[in-house]
Amino acid sequence: MSLLEVRDLTTAFKTERGEVTAVEDISFDLDEGEILGIVGESGSGKSVTALTIMGLLPQPPARVVRGSVHFAGELLTGMSETRLERIRGAGISMVFQEPMTSLNPVLTIGEQIMETVRAHEAISVRDQRLRAIEMLDRVGIPSAVRRLGDYPHQMSGGQRQRVMIAMALACRPRLLIADEPTTALDVTIQAQVLDLLMDLRDELGMAIMIITHNMGVIAETADRVLVMYAGRIVEQAPVARLFDRPLHPYTRGLLDCVPTLEQDRNRLVAIPGSLPEPARRPAGCRFAPRCGHRIDACSAAIPPLVAVDASHASACIRTDILA
Amino acid sequence: MAGVILRRLAGAVPVLLIVSLITFGMMRLIPGDPSSVIGGLSATPAQLAQIRADLGLDEPFFLQMLKWYTALAHGDLGRSILLGQDVVGATLQRLPVTLALSAYALVITVVFGLCSGVFAALRQNTVIDQLAMMFAMLGISVPNFFLGLLMIILFAVRLGWLPTGGYIAFTDDPVGWLRTSTMPAISLALLQVGLLARITRSTMLEVLRQDYIRTARAKGLPRRVVVMKHALANALIPITTVVGIIVSLLISGSVVTETLFSIPGMGQLLTQAVLNRDYPMVQGGLLLTTAFLVMINIAVDACYALLDPRVRYESP
Repeated sequence: MSLLEVRDLTTAFKTERGEVTAVEDISFDLDEGEILGIVGESGSGKSVTALTIMGLLPQPPARVVRGSVHFAGELLTGMSETRLERIRGAGISMVFQEPMTSLNPVLTIGEQIMETVRAHEAISVRDQRLRAIEMLDRVGIPSAVRRLGDYPHQMSGGQRQRVMIAMALACRPRLLIADEPTTALDVTIQAQVLDLLMDLRDELGMAIMIITHNMGVIAETADRVLVMYAGRIVEQAPVARLFDRPLHPYTRGLLDCVPTLEQDRNRLVAIPGSLPEPARRPAGCRFAPRCGHRIDACSAAIPPLVAVDASHASACIRTDILA
Repeated sequence: MAGVILRRLAGAVPVLLIVSLITFGMMRLIPGDPSSVIGGLSATPAQLAQIRADLGLDEPFFLQMLKWYTALAHGDLGRSILLGQDVVGATLQRLPVTLALSAYALVITVVFGLCSGVFAALRQNTVIDQLAMMFAMLGISVPNFFLGLLMIILFAVRLGWLPTGGYIAFTDDPVGWLRTSTMPAISLALLQVGLLARITRSTMLEVLRQDYIRTARAKGLPRRVVVMKHALANALIPITTVVGIIVSLLISGSVVTETLFSIPGMGQLLTQAVLNRDYPMVQGGLLLTTAFLVMINIAVDACYALLDPRVRYESP
């Protein structure tokens, strides 16, 4: 049994034009200590997947149409809010993209870490304080004792993201979901934060689900990768395999977009067209309208995710020919 | 912090100066003067002239003004022509009545306005939300004297539960104070309750959408803590600004309510003073009331700094 088991997860949103499916038939496993990367363009459904797992989407307008999420053997989908509260922050934690707005501006960072511990463990205020200091130390905030009383606006973006991580890890979760944890940060700080996440994984043995649109982040951190497009998983592979031998045309397109030193410096490669809106997704393969290899059969039915071997799967009907 | 308050106090001086100049000028512009009130309808022109001379009203406008400001600089606001009492004494007697009434109305406003606003925000777009906002709109739309009259008819005249008017000081008889103040306080507060409920609702909705609320939920905090601690602490910052304005509105709004319920407060005192052209009383009473309102505004700003650490640290 894996730590996290997601099966056929489908989430829809009620809109003025009827119900729109945001993510569809998402299935994957995540093992203890593993780092799973989820990559895709903005709007591909990465964050919705993460928020559905956490049960953090406001319902309504959101609705889990079908599918299930099991965490450590417990069914999370349909679980009562009170029971979910016990798992959030303690079993599964989450770090968000925007460190500037994700911390409460009127509470000290010490209090924001301590209240997480307080919500999940019956320990004294003194011990909560010690835990907060320990966590700040561990994420590399210098003179942690002195900074407990600081407010978020007194810290830089990188420091705030470290505080977010300290807060998320304060109760030793078994799974950390990091939604674009470095997107809002300077490049040098990005590398530091990623290194920190990997060190903490080694130290604490937790699993990490890292969501990003940046292939570089995936290459640096992930063990295994899911590629998402327009609400569906289009390819799934171990990280080295994905970079070596991408099967799905979309994945290839994404990898071609990463600039290299050798290429013509005046041109950036881009995938033609743009991601379809959730309400206007084409029939059949959703990538077909942007795909250079499309044939008529591509638009006939949604291609299923087919395993080419034990660890690698792609959702393209032409995998055999193109590979 | 103390420096900021001192600066604000210094900044209040020009405000008070301007207010007193306007009051002084306006009172002289209204037709009629105290002599006709004191002399009565049967007074001869000679008698009127004598009264004017006694009061110093025959002197040129600027000389009168200079004398008034000179006295003010010595801490002397003069005597009320009508009451024969000194202005400061009369104000100190009446202002506590208005303040007690306003404080009572403020408590009603904050308790009902804040609670219904928070509640409506948490139940956005449900029947509860719509009902709360309908009552808020009703509170804003119904003139407070009209509501006061309706309450007098129902609770005082028909049911006989409460007196139709009058006032008993809290220090004399707390129960009597409640009996005489409740209807005036409700009629005074109703508009502000509606206003505060609507503003609280929209502020809370805005705050509940923020990223840090999602973070708080992701940490597994119970909903109660997320709303009461994380959301409300942030929403209180803009709400405090509104409450500051409401305090001023309550104090100035008490004029009508005091008249309706025959409560001997500042509003009644000043209304009488204006009607009788009691120059010193109007000038002094308004100046003292303004000074008080300015101090309340400074207190609100101080609260603001307490609630928002970003403001606190920006001050030198």
